[in-house]
Amino acid sequence: MIPTAFEYRRAGSVAEALSLLQEGGPEAKLLAGGHSLIPMMKQRLAEPGLLIDIGGLDELRGIQEDGGEIAIGAAVTHAEIAASDLLRDQAPIVAETAANIGDAQVRNRGTIGGSLAHADPGADLPAVMVALDATIALLGPNGERKVQAEDFFQDILTVDLAEDEIVTGVCFQACRSAAYAKLEQRASKFALVGVAAALSLDGGTCSSARVAVTGASSHAQRLSGVEGALAGASLPDGAGDAASGAGDALDFVNEDLHGSEEYRRAMTAVFARRAIEAAAGRG
Amino acid sequence: MSEPVPITINVNGRKRSAMVEPRLLLVHFLRESLNLTGTHVGCDTSQCGACTVLLDGSSAKSCTVFAVQADGSEVQTIEGLADGDELHPLQDGFWEEHGLQCGYCTPGMIMSAVNLLEENPAPSEAEIREGISGNLCRCTGYQHIVNAIQHAAERMAQS
Ligand SMILES: Cc1cc2nc3c(=O)[nH]c(=O)nc-3n(C[C@H](O)[C@H](O)[C@H](O)COP(=O)(O)OP(=O)(O)OC[C@H]3O[C@@H](n4cnc5c(N)ncnc54)[C@H](O)[C@@H]3O)c2cc1C
Ligand code: FES
Ligand code: FES
Repeated sequence: MIPTAFEYRRAGSVAEALSLLQEGGPEAKLLAGGHSLIPMMKQRLAEPGLLIDIGGLDELRGIQEDGGEIAIGAAVTHAEIAASDLLRDQAPIVAETAANIGDAQVRNRGTIGGSLAHADPGADLPAVMVALDATIALLGPNGERKVQAEDFFQDILTVDLAEDEIVTGVCFQACRSAAYAKLEQRASKFALVGVAAALSLDGGTCSSARVAVTGASSHAQRLSGVEGALAGASLPDGAGDAASGAGDALDFVNEDLHGSEEYRRAMTAVFARRAIEAAAGRG
Repeated sequence: MSEPVPITINVNGRKRSAMVEPRLLLVHFLRESLNLTGTHVGCDTSQCGACTVLLDGSSAKSCTVFAVQADGSEVQTIEGLADGDELHPLQDGFWEEHGLQCGYCTPGMIMSAVNLLEENPAPSEAEIREGISGNLCRCTGYQHIVNAIQHAAERMAQS
């Protein structure tokens, strides 16, 4: 279908994008890679009156490391993340997850900022960011604000982001012993269930862990029961036991033609175990 | 309706300028404004890949890009692939290996394969299948498409 008419402005800087957002009010929407927004506009599920294109802004690009902290700009594409030697080496979970998003064309256009701001219940990167305890950087008319990923994702397609704010990037500590495992919807590759596990390991023993799920529920969230069970567990042998209750502990579980609630609960435990085993294998 | 805006896109090596409504999708600009109908539309959900073109050198679904976003960019379509009468190795591969039946998916499939071989000149069969996973074919069962891309990769390696 053809989207409803709108006005298009290409922002020359983040500052200009912010002032255009203020001017445009509720009618305005940011456009990054367009791979969530344009499909919605074609279905007329979104009908913004003003699109502010931030996709090409250099200020929002780049992947950097400083003293063990890695920062990724909001407009970095999934393909750039997947190809980054820095990420493959210091946070392989992020590069691998991006490499398995959608297909080559989607990865060439879609951005990390768009994925996090949109917060599709089946999006992959939100779970990874929650597991890595990432900080999301936002810029608004009153300056910068930082939000932990676990607080940023609030509900289906709902995040802690005001209408006049921009996600500028995300940062997290380098971490090798982390992995993501997903049961994908075969046509789109969105996660029916995806689990990210980041472990602190002391030899074969897990001293602490952060584990997050996407796809199963309304939004990416921690699996605190699994995290608790992992403390002191010997891995990889203890992964199955630690993960066994993962699905049952969720308050709300999605249900659609791709998978019933019962199936998703069962798969949450299975993919939690696989993510933990893979992360432990990196130890 | 919002006001048409000027855009200039370099399409297959030729600068093309036009006034377009911002909501015009790149695929419609190519097909309807420029009459380059080799790029197809196969779905409404950004999933089939029939509309794949190269946008600044990387494969993109032209049904999921507004023409205004491509202002100032370079676009290559299936029409820009052959060198005069000489087919591109991928076009030749699809011919030699019978990589198509109805042909609807073929232009997008070839443009995805161009992107793939650019990044990975000697892909394994699994990498080829992953590389074209954004392109759906309802006819071939993919095996001959994979063969065609292997054929092209070998030829390109020789030359
Ligand atoms: C066929 C297909 C398959 C896909 N498969 C997967 C998959 O397997 N896994 C997966 O995770 N995703 C998948 N996606 C989604 C894809 O990753 C999107 O690119 C991503 O979700 C959105 O990023 P974008 O840059 O395209 O955002 P856009 O579509 O441009 O924007 C999305 C929303 O975020 C807002 N926004 C964008 N950037 C910012 C910013 N910097 N600050 C504030 N708000 C912003 C926009 O206003 C809009 O509301 C798929 C998409 C398609 C079309
Ligand atoms: S027409 Fe189907 S993906 Fe573009
Ligand atoms: S040859 Fe018919 S859709 Fe691929």
